[in-house]
Amino acid sequence: MRKVAVIAVGYTKVSEHWNLSIRELFTEAALMALNEANIDQIDALYIGNMFSGYCQHQEHLGVLMADYIGLKSPPAVKIEAAGASGGMALREGVQAVASGLHDLVVVGGVEKMTDVLSPDITSALAMATDQEYEAFIGATFVALNAMVKRAYQHKYGVSDELIATLPVHCHEMASKNPYAQHPFKITVEQVLSSPFIAEPLRLLECSPVGDGAAVLMLCPLEKAKNFTDAPIEIAGMGAATDTIALYQRDDLTTFKATIEAAEIAYKMAHIKPDDVDVAEIHDAFSITGIISLEDLGFFEKGKAAEAVSEGQIAPGGKVAVNTFGGLKARGHPVGATGVYQAVEVVKQLRGDAGKNQVDGAEIGLTQNVGGVGGTVTVHIFRRLG
Amino acid sequence: MSVPRHWREIPKRYRLIGSKCSNCGRTYFPPRNVCRECGTTKLEEVKLSETGRIITWSVVHEPPRGFERYVPYVIAIVELDDGTRLMSQITDCEPEELQIGTRVHAVFRKIREEGESGIIYYGYKFKPIK
Repeated sequence: MRKVAVIAVGYTKVSEHWNLSIRELFTEAALMALNEANIDQIDALYIGNMFSGYCQHQEHLGVLMADYIGLKSPPAVKIEAAGASGGMALREGVQAVASGLHDLVVVGGVEKMTDVLSPDITSALAMATDQEYEAFIGATFVALNAMVKRAYQHKYGVSDELIATLPVHCHEMASKNPYAQHPFKITVEQVLSSPFIAEPLRLLECSPVGDGAAVLMLCPLEKAKNFTDAPIEIAGMGAATDTIALYQRDDLTTFKATIEAAEIAYKMAHIKPDDVDVAEIHDAFSITGIISLEDLGFFEKGKAAEAVSEGQIAPGGKVAVNTFGGLKARGHPVGATGVYQAVEVVKQLRGDAGKNQVDGAEIGLTQNVGGVGGTVTVHIFRRLG
Repeated sequence: MSVPRHWREIPKRYRLIGSKCSNCGRTYFPPRNVCRECGTTKLEEVKLSETGRIITWSVVHEPPRGFERYVPYVIAIVELDDGTRLMSQITDCEPEELQIGTRVHAVFRKIREEGESGIIYYGYKFKPIK
């Protein structure tokens, strides 16, 4: 296998982009990356997206986007794995370059959520669950994660106050990120007084609905210097799946797919969790982030929320997490999220993270979750010495 | 959801039909052709228990399409007395009454309807045993 590098990134602000269509969103992010690498032709395009079919009645996204960013007939395809669509698209792109099949690959993610009303987004998100046996009876995606929170609190006795420190941390980070959807600070008191979406999860524990697109350009590491002075190596990757239905899991307080995907990725990159300087984790809900911090090996089971409250995931702490605001505050345009995470880690490792920069960051990690832990991808990135 | 799609689910939704592995004995809802536990394809249909206990639950305040008029409602993971787990609405109760471990039994109820002249979906819900 060839080594693979990221040579350019592109992204839009995450927002309610009432004036932009899904193709315009993607085009903006893609042109930013193509311009940075000074490239106008590529070998293949992989686009992470979860529900353009539901929200825009548009499938066949690959050709639509290739057409509108002016590419001449490359193979182009949409990759769908619910919230992990972006991470899975990245995996496809890396595989294509590593195998020697393609040299220049664009990996993108896009989601346009504000074309439909709130109950429709709730229904669209519930497509990540077991439709016939969870969504059918009225289970929402938030409700499933809420059930995980209740089970977790029952098992470990962790308080709402401690769990709320994760969204507070993410908003603190986003307040310095110009492309974040919610760039403002919040307090634990605000989290705990916000209304329930699905008990015991409150509004300010849930990532917002927004539109966005993010793009990475990949090429073989040996050719990366032709395009950039600061290539970032993709040093490891892992992906795993679990049961799609939450109720069929023996343990509701851990995502087995995260543990398995991370193990594979750490092994491939020859690192341990302690070696990670910056991480973008999938905090679609407060509890999802807390569990992920534990399953990735950063903290013991039942201890992550306390660690967050002690500042251990702030820049300068044990591991700097979600330094651009995470899903909670940067925003969570579902199929684009895994690519945003990769863009952010690349920016950190390049020393290009602005006010959020973590000094001397060398190794970064992204963890992208589809459904309630049904699919998980983990990627590890390394700055070259 | 189309009529045939609902129709073919009727045995499971009306009668709690699952499957049991004839090798390791694990039961599943809905039925499967392959046992997740031991990998065998020797599974047979079984009628599942109609009583069980709540493993975890949530109260839905933001509904999906079709459930707007029912909020707030309770969704739970239930472990049946034969060990099978499923997800169900919990009905005929106040959310404050519920605890992890609350005993429940199956009832036959309307799940929702599709518009004023569309199909009405029926199926199982569970209610606390008092």
